[in-house]
Amino acid sequence: MSTTAEHHEHGLSDSGYVKIALILAAITALEVSTYYVDFGPLFMPALIVMMIVKFVMVVSYFMHLKFDNKLFSFLFYVGLGLALFVYFAALATFKFFIA
Amino acid sequence: MAIIERSITTTEAFSVATPSTSLGALKRPVSSTGWKSWLFTVDHKKLGIMYSAAALFFFIVGGLEAVLIRLQLAAPNGKVLNADLYNQMFTMHATTMVFLFAMPMAGAFANYFLPLQIGARDVAFPRLNALSLWLLVVGGLVLNASWFLGGAADGGWFMYAPNSGPIFSPSHGVDFWVLGLQVAGIASLIGSINLIVTVLNMRAPGMSFMKMPVFTWMILVVQFLLVFSLPVITVALVLLMFQRSYGATFFDVSQGADPLLWQHLFWIFGHPEVYVLILPAFGIISEVLPTFARKPLFGYPFVVFSGASIGLVGFGVWAHHMFASGLGPVSVAVFSIATMAIAIPTGVKIFNWLLTMWGGKIWYTSAMKFAIGLVVLFTIGGLSGVTHAVAPSDTQQTDTYYIVAHFHYVLFGGMVFGLFSGFYFWWPKVFGKMLNEKLGSWNFWLMVIGMNLTFGPMHILGLQGQPRRMYVWTEARAGEGFFNLGFWNLVASIGSFILAFGVLMFLINVIHTARKGKQAPADPWDARTLEWLTTNPPKPHNFDRIPVVHHLDEFFHRKYESDPVTHNMRQVATGEELVRAEEAAADAHIHLPSPSYWPLVLAVGVGILGMGIIYGAPIMVVGGAVVLLASYGWALEPSTAEDIDFASPSDGGHTKEIATHG
Amino acid sequence: MAETATHADQAHHSSTGLSNNKLAMWLFLGSECLLFGGLISTYMLYRGRVITGPRPNAIFDIPFTSVSSFVLLMSSLTMVLAVTSAQRKDDSRTNLWLTVTALLGATFIGGQVYEFTTFYREGLGFTTSLFGSSFYSLTGFHGVHVSLGIILLLSLVGMIKKNKITGNKAEVVELIGLYWHFVDIVWIVIFTLVYLIPS
Repeated sequence: MSTTAEHHEHGLSDSGYVKIALILAAITALEVSTYYVDFGPLFMPALIVMMIVKFVMVVSYFMHLKFDNKLFSFLFYVGLGLALFVYFAALATFKFFIA
Repeated sequence: MAIIERSITTTEAFSVATPSTSLGALKRPVSSTGWKSWLFTVDHKKLGIMYSAAALFFFIVGGLEAVLIRLQLAAPNGKVLNADLYNQMFTMHATTMVFLFAMPMAGAFANYFLPLQIGARDVAFPRLNALSLWLLVVGGLVLNASWFLGGAADGGWFMYAPNSGPIFSPSHGVDFWVLGLQVAGIASLIGSINLIVTVLNMRAPGMSFMKMPVFTWMILVVQFLLVFSLPVITVALVLLMFQRSYGATFFDVSQGADPLLWQHLFWIFGHPEVYVLILPAFGIISEVLPTFARKPLFGYPFVVFSGASIGLVGFGVWAHHMFASGLGPVSVAVFSIATMAIAIPTGVKIFNWLLTMWGGKIWYTSAMKFAIGLVVLFTIGGLSGVTHAVAPSDTQQTDTYYIVAHFHYVLFGGMVFGLFSGFYFWWPKVFGKMLNEKLGSWNFWLMVIGMNLTFGPMHILGLQGQPRRMYVWTEARAGEGFFNLGFWNLVASIGSFILAFGVLMFLINVIHTARKGKQAPADPWDARTLEWLTTNPPKPHNFDRIPVVHHLDEFFHRKYESDPVTHNMRQVATGEELVRAEEAAADAHIHLPSPSYWPLVLAVGVGILGMGIIYGAPIMVVGGAVVLLASYGWALEPSTAEDIDFASPSDGGHTKEIATHG
Repeated sequence: MAETATHADQAHHSSTGLSNNKLAMWLFLGSECLLFGGLISTYMLYRGRVITGPRPNAIFDIPFTSVSSFVLLMSSLTMVLAVTSAQRKDDSRTNLWLTVTALLGATFIGGQVYEFTTFYREGLGFTTSLFGSSFYSLTGFHGVHVSLGIILLLSLVGMIKKNKITGNKAEVVELIGLYWHFVDIVWIVIFTLVYLIPS
């Protein structure tokens, strides 16, 4: 069913993937630096943003969602979106985000 | 395992066997008749029949449990069950009905008819399909084994913490419950992924999404609900298992735990689950009503999209099961409004069905009666559901018989009636014989009367304050006059016997039909969808040639054409002629999936593994070994070389296969 | 897919033109989001609830965990290199990268075993507190996923060597890769939410 699937996939070249990995490594280093350097009020938002960036980069490039059929993205992001929605809502009822 | 699953493996035309060695030692099972052909089958039709047999068995088990409950409550100071046994009885009644009857029965219909309705020869992953069935059977056995191994679970079907913890539920009942559901959950998860891929990828040429039958649509929505809700109950069950078996503290209030966490996790799963139960029935009657009203379904896109939106909104309303738990006013208001919103798409469907029947030439077959029964009874249950959405009134009704009344109207009056409608509608398709209409009529009316006598009075009992899980009542506190609890409890108990008798009528009908039922014609109902474009029962390969679809209700449009002058539909062919024509133009070489041992072995391994969690590590090791062996056997089982799937035997496919495996 | 469409036997066409296996894998991963979401939420709710035993900030060794996180992150790179090698039908390269990926994964698991034993010696048992139960459940579940991934990778190496894969080899590598990357992104989330953000 899938012998030809690769033909219309446009992933990155190997060196492209290495570049992505280097960026991911750099972000990770920045993340770890928050442990040593005081980021003040930016601490939490910065960490969350960096986490999301890393997440999306791995999903888009390493997992090919950026190049693949949109249906795959749909199936995955519906699951992710529902997870975010139900668990945020559940934690909110515990007043998790207020305290 | 899914990784090397092939949708189709090659065999010579129409034969089912691929006798190639697997794991060097075992040969692939090859029987196409006898018990082996059932145990090792990967045919979606055989699996569907086995699903329904298992589900029907558990329906009877759960039904008998219900009758015992009603016997206990029929008179004051009931002596039929003691308090402990009563708790086990209602817990297992609900668990069995939801997880071992309703879901598998819907799964049976889905398995059997979904590939037929979309013009496919099987599901996307036939071996995984078999695995789902066997895991379900194992899960059901584990769950019910508890009866003989120290008592069943007794915490109610939603098993609230901390009552489910080791202190308050010391027997192994809850452990069996957790494991049984976990295994059945894996079965459903695999099944749902399988069916979604089947719908996405295996539709006949020309069948776009908006030409799919409504039943297929509803099953698709249900599978999405399952894929995204089952992992949540998996988490909840894992937490509970860790607490009970390994001393974790998740619901231990003395450690500062929040038992509401269980409620959230359970209902995040549990509410989509409600739609998992009802939507297949909606799908069934959306096929039955147009067929017997002899009109197309009114507002097909509305029925489809309202079904999808019920599914989506269904993920955002779970906390309405928890209004009495002290969520706080904001949460209660939000979930209350979301819950009311769900009444809109549901109402849309009801009106679509009514307008489908409106002005139609209605043919009152048993299938049609059950379908109309669903519309009426579900509406009653839906209306009492709206009263739950209103938080203040729900607070009053929580944990009373009013709740019991509500969900039995929607589940029994809704779902079960839909399934019975499906039995009568599709029986000739599956078994080639017509269920007896006279017995069917008795079946229907006894069930309608029985169900209303059983569950109707529960509204009164509940509003009078009879608690939901009360195991005994006394005359002294039963009240006076019209609202006397004793009278209505007795009525409900009598009703439950009538209901049981109604179900018995169905079983009698099945036996009667099997012995001297009338042979079914090719198209007994003048039906509309693709599953009728083949013989009754269908051949192993479903369709002699894969249909090319041009219309919604393709089969109907092949039988009828619009007259250019009068614009009336006139018949141009009978169903029988169409089936004959397909046979005459049959494909020469048809590839069917081959039977396999591994699904059954793997499922048994999972069962042993689960037992190990209760009875100790050595058993776990054995179970793990079986699982590992089965997984490798599965992965190494030669499906076919990749080209074979695409190459037809005429251009060398078959010789190539011999070269690969010979 | 054009190739398949030309065949007379229509049973083999795929309506979307996509691979069944890949659709199933993505659905599975979408479903897994809700599984790990539940475990992460449980941890987030419970991480501060410690009556006896150590609290999170007192016990986490950020430099150590950073290194093992980095190892897992890099295993995603080697995995993707295995996938591209497989697409080039270069079996030996594929096997090399798969083995490296499995080794990196094993390093991560080794680190986790070390971390767990250290924590246990410092007084954080599975049953000590809500923090302990939820921490070990979440990271343990992730660890089981990684371990399963290692088994899959090594089995795959063995099967490629013995030429036992009858399906589309590149696709099988890609599917296991998807699973592996997913396990990696779950760790990206855990690393930030569990380790870096103090309770």
